[in-house]
Amino acid sequence: MTRRTLARALPLTPAVVLLLLFLAGPIAYCAYIAFTDLQLTGQAESSFVGLENFRTAFGDEGFRNAVWLTLVFTVVSSLVGQNTLGLALASLMQRASKPVRTLTGGIVITAWVLPEVVAGFLLYAFFRREGTLNAVLDALHLPRQNWLFTLPILAVSFANVWRGTAFSMLVYSAALQEIPREVTEAAQVDGAGGWRRLWHITLPMIRRSIGTNLMLNTLQTLSVFGLIWVMTRGGPGDRSQTLPLFMYEQAFQNSMIGYGTAVALLLLLVGALFSVLYLRLLRTEV
Amino acid sequence: MARTRVTRPASRRVSPRISRRISRRAAADVCLLVVAAAFCLPLAWVVLSSVDPRADLTVKAPDGLTLGNFEAILTADVTFRPLLNSLLLCGGGTALAVVCAVLAAYPLSRFQSRLNRPFLLTILFATGLPITAVMVPVYALFVQVDLIDTPQGTVLFFAASQLPFAIWLMKNFMDGVPKELEEAAWTDGASTWQSLLRIVLPLMGPGVAVVTVFSFVTMWGNFFVPFMLLLTPDRMPASVSINEFFGNRGMVAYGQLAAFSVVYSTPVILLYVLIARRLGGGFALGGAVKG
Repeated sequence: MTRRTLARALPLTPAVVLLLLFLAGPIAYCAYIAFTDLQLTGQAESSFVGLENFRTAFGDEGFRNAVWLTLVFTVVSSLVGQNTLGLALASLMQRASKPVRTLTGGIVITAWVLPEVVAGFLLYAFFRREGTLNAVLDALHLPRQNWLFTLPILAVSFANVWRGTAFSMLVYSAALQEIPREVTEAAQVDGAGGWRRLWHITLPMIRRSIGTNLMLNTLQTLSVFGLIWVMTRGGPGDRSQTLPLFMYEQAFQNSMIGYGTAVALLLLLVGALFSVLYLRLLRTEV
Repeated sequence: MARTRVTRPASRRVSPRISRRISRRAAADVCLLVVAAAFCLPLAWVVLSSVDPRADLTVKAPDGLTLGNFEAILTADVTFRPLLNSLLLCGGGTALAVVCAVLAAYPLSRFQSRLNRPFLLTILFATGLPITAVMVPVYALFVQVDLIDTPQGTVLFFAASQLPFAIWLMKNFMDGVPKELEEAAWTDGASTWQSLLRIVLPLMGPGVAVVTVFSFVTMWGNFFVPFMLLLTPDRMPASVSINEFFGNRGMVAYGQLAAFSVVYSTPVILLYVLIARRLGGGFALGGAVKG
């Protein structure tokens, strides 16, 4: 009996070994060095410092700034931007004519498929002082701005909306197609207007997709590094330095691996929390 | 619409309703086109600049067409070596992840066990973890075990980071292959391996293709992993080497940067089109992600 079970579990081995060595291992190691004063160079051995790194973090102006910016970045780009725009596009696409639907879907998905760094460059060019956005604003006789300097966190948030909306659009398109036509038609016959149908029928019927989408968007947004790195390097100063960039700067530019890892551990915990919420959400669905 | 016409022959009632439907469609079209235009501007910049001899940061009609930008970058140092590095790293990582995922998905999909559910929940939990956050400890670990700055180390980490999602998708696709076919093969004396290779895999070709393409595209675009784990410039994939255009060369050659972006992005766009078509529209991934 046990022998058969073992034989059956055998194909799992390569995957489990890889996951343990390269994913679980680093996470465990992360939890360990977050409590040490490990440094990048010069120091032969590190010593256990308890909660010192976390105490430093919560007293650190730079850390609090990064937490705040991560919050702004996540709320603006994921919760509000990608989610709302994705839903709007999906529901407009249900009504639009086929060529327009295909064209829009193609363009939005292209932005999603592009490599992260390329997306960063494109949006960098778009938001630069001599870039496309200001040219458009000029043409409309609106005031121009040096976006990457005056509102860097907003610029990178919009960049993330540009890059990530396709995912929400795909999730919501699939969800909207599952709403039976009779339901919306019945509401229409009863005289419910567009907004009321959205609020009382569509949104309640796709609420699980909304939950799933919000979780996945948030998790993805929490780990954005390349896009911001390419566009602003976290600057000017630290005005677009979200937690992943702060973590990188502490660990490598300031050579404090222990401190950087403590920040990483906090990020990981937030991610784990969202991941557990996501599991709960799926569990009710299955 | 035909029914409306039959039940309400009075033409004055029909036309407003139809015209309202048409005007709603037109309104939706206009809204979508505005969004599409906004999304298109950055894309237009990269395409136009790549053939513009005097490219800058604004979208504009090129000052004449040139292939000079492409000629300038299509050299071993600038383009071919980084792309080859990308291909080897991402190809290796994808192959490893897909093979491991197929093997792991088989028992999860085919055999009942008390451990399946906790295992799958752990896998699903791992898909949500921000990989960015583990990169600092991975770096520290790789330094200690001498995997830092090696292609194999990067391949192994790529594979591991993609594995949770690959296993999850693969298991769902495998569940779609009816078990009866295999049971018939088992009674004919086929081993587990034979039924996996000869029966299950051929039937889930599209599923394997989706996992393969999705893993490859994700790795191809990944910046942070090779940025952290590789140090020697000659070993860098395109996602990292593209920064050379920017930081280190002082003046930025925007036309060349755009041309490189086009060359580097084209493969993944083509791959995406390939699977999107095969699965009838781009909605399959969204559906698969939903579980």
